[in-house]
Amino acid sequence: MINNQQRSKWITTVVFVSLLVFTAFSSRKNLFHAEEQQMQKDKALKEFGFYLQPITQQAGINFRHQSPVLDAQLKHIEAQIASMGASVSVVDFDQDGWDDLYFTNSRQGSQNALYRNLHNGKFENVAAQVGLANLNDSTTGVSMGAVWGDYDNDGYPDVLIYKWGKPELFHNDHGKRFVNVTDSSGLPKWVNANCAIWLDFNNDGLLDLFIGGYYSEKLNLFHTHTTKVMPESFRYANNGGRKYLLENMGNGKFKDVTEQYGLNSTRWVLAAGAADVNGDGYPDLFIADDYNVNELYINDHGKRFIEVGRQAGIGNIPKSGMCVTFGDINNTGKIGIYNTTITEKGVLVQSNNYWQPTDASSSSSSSYPHYVNLAQLAGIDDAGWSYGSQFGDLNNDGYQDLYVTNGYISGRKGTSYWYDYAKITSGNKAIIEDARNWPPMNGESQSGYEQDKVWLNTGKGSFTDVSQEVCPYMTYDGRAVALADLWNNGRLDVVVANQNNVPVLFKNESGNHNHWIEFDLHGTVSNADAVGAKVLLEWNGMQQIQVVTDGIGFSSQNSHRIHFGLGKSTRVDRVEIFWPSGKRTILTDLQADKLYKIVEGKS
Amino acid sequence: MMNQSYAMAWLTENKKGYFQYVPPAFITLLLTIGQLSFGMLDSYINLVTAIVTAVLTEWVLSRWVFGIRKNLSSAYISGISVGILIRSTLLWPYMVTSMLSIMSKYVLRYKGRHLWNPSNFGVSWMLFMAPADVAGLSIQWGSNWLPLVVIWTLGFIIVYQAKRLQVTLAYVISFIILAYVRSLIVGDTFWAELSPLTGPMYQLFVFFMITDPATTVSTPKGRIWVAILVAIVEFFLRLAHFIYAPFYALCIVGPIAKYIDLRRQSIKTSTPVTAFSQVAITS
Repeated sequence: MINNQQRSKWITTVVFVSLLVFTAFSSRKNLFHAEEQQMQKDKALKEFGFYLQPITQQAGINFRHQSPVLDAQLKHIEAQIASMGASVSVVDFDQDGWDDLYFTNSRQGSQNALYRNLHNGKFENVAAQVGLANLNDSTTGVSMGAVWGDYDNDGYPDVLIYKWGKPELFHNDHGKRFVNVTDSSGLPKWVNANCAIWLDFNNDGLLDLFIGGYYSEKLNLFHTHTTKVMPESFRYANNGGRKYLLENMGNGKFKDVTEQYGLNSTRWVLAAGAADVNGDGYPDLFIADDYNVNELYINDHGKRFIEVGRQAGIGNIPKSGMCVTFGDINNTGKIGIYNTTITEKGVLVQSNNYWQPTDASSSSSSSYPHYVNLAQLAGIDDAGWSYGSQFGDLNNDGYQDLYVTNGYISGRKGTSYWYDYAKITSGNKAIIEDARNWPPMNGESQSGYEQDKVWLNTGKGSFTDVSQEVCPYMTYDGRAVALADLWNNGRLDVVVANQNNVPVLFKNESGNHNHWIEFDLHGTVSNADAVGAKVLLEWNGMQQIQVVTDGIGFSSQNSHRIHFGLGKSTRVDRVEIFWPSGKRTILTDLQADKLYKIVEGKS
Repeated sequence: MMNQSYAMAWLTENKKGYFQYVPPAFITLLLTIGQLSFGMLDSYINLVTAIVTAVLTEWVLSRWVFGIRKNLSSAYISGISVGILIRSTLLWPYMVTSMLSIMSKYVLRYKGRHLWNPSNFGVSWMLFMAPADVAGLSIQWGSNWLPLVVIWTLGFIIVYQAKRLQVTLAYVISFIILAYVRSLIVGDTFWAELSPLTGPMYQLFVFFMITDPATTVSTPKGRIWVAILVAIVEFFLRLAHFIYAPFYALCIVGPIAKYIDLRRQSIKTSTPVTAFSQVAITS
């Protein structure tokens, strides 16, 4: 009996020690993995079929983002509060067939930049000439982002600058200059916004606006009367800014219909995306909220929005929702939703989400899809302190890859604000919401010096992290990312806006001969930008769906063109376009490696 | 009425018996309030995995190593503590942390008693040694006062019944005083230093970990000094920016205090206790 007990004890001890060793080794193994050496460019081109070559300076882009200067009462945590504002949007503002780039700046007195594509790999900043440079001051606020949309259907994209301040609308005068039409537009007087998108929520052919407030609109962060500006909870905060749903009345005026349409929550909105996820023809709204659960608003035939996040399975776990982008990673023909969050090893494990509609959704009698989170299974859950993300087929193999920006505050190396952050954010509302209680940052880092993630879709439901291999090592504090074919060569290039730093323009250099196809959609009955249109492509036994958006990701806007990689296929079997008006266009047997301009109602 | 009378009679006659179910009931209540109010759990699967693993490990080891049937309520508390206190995107850390917690009771022993609070050991080990896989419950919980008041009130009643009120009070008072001292040293506001005490991690810590009857020392006076010592060690760990300072402090101070206590007891009685022959009802 004693021998048996002793044997049991020894076996238990051995298992116990083994588990101790295993757990310690498991974490170390992951850390070692992160220190792998970078792959050579040639090898990356051969192995993955592409390489992202940074050419920012060679392209003539010398923009540098600067953070805003806040009220002195917030100075001690200014680095944290003023940690956003670096945005990038892709637009062909002069309609010359080449995409241009617009960057926002955020310091009072700093200038935004509009880089016109010179068609030769060079860009020229024309913001001052066209009237889009000097938009940042303490009186009207500072820029946080820009979204371009042709709100008057005249064929030229206009632009809304959303700010911590007064949102400003500029009308595009045939690509020559921009006229500030804010005063006559009916836009709100002051919004502390980090998100805005164009959408046509009632499918009347006119682009409407959604603006999401982050800090309360009652606050002026440059001259604040209170220090109670922070979230009341890290996971359940409802003291953020209000939302604005602004209906385009067709005469240059926008009407606030937010309350009427049921968008009444006051969470801390960081991003929004509009797409028809339930197939009823009306754009639904996914909203990524910081400090709370995300929201999914189903559009009830243009009459109201109904929030179904919890029922649909995406609004149960509160995380820091930083971004939203749409994808179809498994080529199912269904719209998936990617949502970035925060992960810091040993401190905070949130994990990014990829919400895939279940098969039951299509047969369900309910008016909204049901989602399952595939991010962990697909290997795209753990990025770091993430902000922007975009799906795009970077190597044209027929599967959408993923770019995620990372890094919060890169302060003094070797320092970390995480202890103080954890200390304060675990506390009660009365403590956390008052900035006076927050320990000073004193130049410390918090999730700084993180590298962006490039995840390559294997085509088998999973992704491979190729961040170390397909681009040089860089650790800017990434915010917005946008994808566009800037060289009109059938390759998706990547533009990243970095906080308090220079942006990076990555030219996509190809290492394979894969094929592609692009579509540029123009509505006639639908809004001219065809925002909300869905394009379902079928080729070589595969299918993939994409959506036209005017604003997606975090503070970003992709090219208006829709890009598909086709792998080795030289032809596309079928393309079906679902226009917001309800019309459909079906095209068959299209030749690859071409850009198709499709006008609604014309074959 | 009849049933109620029988129930009261049973409770009166089996005071010790029923009391062992009070802490599990309280921690379940705490979890329920947190979940219903704020959805504090990221996943039910993680919690269930932690609880089932802890209970199964206890069930197997108590029979296999000690050859006895052991009440599983303490394993339930360990499992639920693990399920609440750690965060991971993976399932295995919940399983392994529960296993380590329960196994520590059977391996890390002195004079027939285990030295570490089980979940304190498991959680501390994982947070310190496996940071790439696991994080702690440092950042969450709602912001309303009502659940906070309810939990603190109930918690104090429970530890009073368990005759461990002096431990909780000694620790909380020490923490508040030392928070003030820390605020003077580091220059942060007193409220900033006090902030963690208003979060759920500390509610679990002050009512379940530091008061664990099996790992506290034998005299009330000794328990008070140990609680103060835990707060002091935590004070220094906090100055060194350890986010999970209370766990580490208890993990360091608790077993040393218990070791000294057991040693002094054995010298006094001169009746050594045979290892593995005495099994305490522990959490």
